[in-house]
Amino acid sequence: MDLEFTAEERAFRDEVRGFLKERLPCEIRDKVLAGREVGRDDYLEWQRRLYQRGWGGVSWPVQFGGTGWSAVQQFIFEEESALAGAPRLIPFGLKMVAPVLMAFGSPEQQQRFLPQIRSAEAWWCQGYSEPGAGSDLASLRTRAVREGDHYVVNGQKTWNTLGQFADWMFCLVRTDLQAKQQSGISFLLIDMKSPGVRVRPIALLDGSHEVNDVFFEDVRVPAENLVGEENRGWTYAKFLLGHERSNIAGIGASKRELARLKRVAAEERKDGRPLSDDPLFAARLARVEIDLLALEITNLRVLSAEGAARAPGPEASILKIKGTEIQQTLSELFVRAAGEYALPLRREAMEAGWQPEAGLEGAGPAYATTVMAAYLNQRKLTIFGGTNEIQKNIVAKMAGL
Amino acid sequence: MNFDFSDEQQQLRQAVEQFLAKEYPFERLRALKSSNAGWDPQVWRGLAELGVTAINVPSSLGGLGYGPMETLVLMGACGPSLLLEPVLTSAVIATVLLREFEVSAPAAELLRAMAGGERIASVAHFEPGARFDGRQVDTRARRAGEGYRLDGRKSVVVHAGLADTLLVSARTRGDAHDPEGVSLFLVPRALPGVKLIEYANLDGQRAADLYLEEASVPEASRLGAEGGALPAIEAAFDQGLAALCAEAVGIMQSLINATVEYLRTRQQFGQPIGRFQVLQHRVADMVMHLEQARSMSYLAALRCTAADLGERRRALSAAKVVIGDAARFVGQQAVQLHGGMGMTDELKVSHCFKRLTAIEILFGDSDAHLERYAALVRGRQELPA
Repeated sequence: MDLEFTAEERAFRDEVRGFLKERLPCEIRDKVLAGREVGRDDYLEWQRRLYQRGWGGVSWPVQFGGTGWSAVQQFIFEEESALAGAPRLIPFGLKMVAPVLMAFGSPEQQQRFLPQIRSAEAWWCQGYSEPGAGSDLASLRTRAVREGDHYVVNGQKTWNTLGQFADWMFCLVRTDLQAKQQSGISFLLIDMKSPGVRVRPIALLDGSHEVNDVFFEDVRVPAENLVGEENRGWTYAKFLLGHERSNIAGIGASKRELARLKRVAAEERKDGRPLSDDPLFAARLARVEIDLLALEITNLRVLSAEGAARAPGPEASILKIKGTEIQQTLSELFVRAAGEYALPLRREAMEAGWQPEAGLEGAGPAYATTVMAAYLNQRKLTIFGGTNEIQKNIVAKMAGL
Repeated sequence: MNFDFSDEQQQLRQAVEQFLAKEYPFERLRALKSSNAGWDPQVWRGLAELGVTAINVPSSLGGLGYGPMETLVLMGACGPSLLLEPVLTSAVIATVLLREFEVSAPAAELLRAMAGGERIASVAHFEPGARFDGRQVDTRARRAGEGYRLDGRKSVVVHAGLADTLLVSARTRGDAHDPEGVSLFLVPRALPGVKLIEYANLDGQRAADLYLEEASVPEASRLGAEGGALPAIEAAFDQGLAALCAEAVGIMQSLINATVEYLRTRQQFGQPIGRFQVLQHRVADMVMHLEQARSMSYLAALRCTAADLGERRRALSAAKVVIGDAARFVGQQAVQLHGGMGMTDELKVSHCFKRLTAIEILFGDSDAHLERYAALVRGRQELPA
């Protein structure tokens, strides 16, 4: 047994570090490191730079223009990127629809859509959840009726993440009303500029706009945009959910936040001494660091077992549950650290370039201006991508129950 | 032993609940949160007509002369409406503080006006970086001519912008941690040298950081003896803490009701999700947190005016530990059990969660009070028998 990366993997890590140092724009990095909002252009700019380096398809096989990296290499890349303050990869195209197209799409679909994802020319979004279909996704009701060489789509999707930026949506629709739930679903690619598509923002508790309702009213989708076979969409949807879970533990981002929290705790004062010397706070900090260390090793075990070929199995649920719990704990500790200055919720402070009132210190230290918005926002982590309760069902099943 | 509320107390609760059901529906709250003012003076007048603003004012000054138990009933009834108006700030904390100085003419005059809801006051006491440690006061009041000159800074003063009068603590002698030497001043909000950096807290309540720069006040604006105000300020915030606990219990009860209703109606996998045992047990944990919190809110109300300072502070810290943890758990789990809907601004759940989060932080979080409790208990053991 050996916990260390191999010499090749270490050389690869150095290469990634060198690239990040050279090519990650500081204004984007500063936003990520300060916990401010990263915009559409920032995400796309970063993806373009990866593309220029030949790393546009981080998790893709070489035959589709990808890097062909092993699971361990992908892990190293994502961890180093997070530590350096790079934005997360936009997952909807790269990690969600792309693997489905590679496995089940027609050659035409592959040629048409995959290059644009790699080169940051197209932004994708997901059309899965509906008001009545969340954890029970298979009960979805958005309908697609075949009329000649088109499907006509009617219905509503919800919790659509960043659809306001999207050019395309991959969408689960019901094409057979008679069939049993799972077997009447198809996987359609919908141009977001199609007449009849309406995107309506959902206001969230932290004031952010990152999810939408999407309404379809007689939206005509060319039949060539059906992926695979009609009524086989559930198979593809499940396949996709397996791939969505790479980097699900968020180890790199949590390490970065832990390091930032330590810096904050060393600066903050309690009774005239550094907060990091406070026994209660120090114990909480140590606890989350230990949990993160354990999860990092668990994550490496999963990676090592699966190799590059296989999508993560039920073990991914363990990574999702523990990873999101750790991220939420870190956001809670930032709130504790900020004391009374966690109370203000200043939406404007989330925006890049925001400065406290000129000539005054404003209200509280700079880091504190984003802690509450982050805490509130991160409550989503245990809800989306399969609630942690659903994930625990999967773990229990894996254990033999 | 008796845990019943008197007829009078029950009438108070009903009157407040009925008024708020009519005048403060959730849509009104949402609209007010995004408005410029951030509160509704008309609702305030309505509350005053009900006697809410008079509850803690002595009857000799036109008030009702009630105490912590009626305040508990009031706050429990107000809780679920998530009022943006300064009930806790002005009608409880500032009123209780002024009551300590009722023999002084300006305090008596202000109390009379506050009883009728005509004036609003907020106590500006806690300072940046003090983490609600009320014994840390570094704002200075220096003698200047016929009065004083105030310099310093106060952090996150809730409702400072809508109060006409600020009750500002400032040191007339000693260093920042000296329990002696803190004086209290009546400061008009619009006084030159008083600057507010205003913002909204996460619960939508408006607050401000207060900058005092050579703010001149007359001698008569000082309440009580020079340098002896800290015990009165602590008494006011102790009663405020008890009131805050009662508010939290009211919110948690309504949040659990809403969550249970959601679990009974939300269908997934062909059944109400409330049939899933894991969710039932989660609700059971929420209810247990609530009931433990309710018990401690009673203890807090009963002990917050205790003459024995050690007993008073132990009870209040114990209450804040239990209630802070309950507020966190119940708030977080209510969001979790509502799924994505719990994250939306459209549902009241997220608004309750945010107020509970604020309550957990206000006047010191669970860690701070756990530490204080441990120190108080240790101190008691070390006393000679």
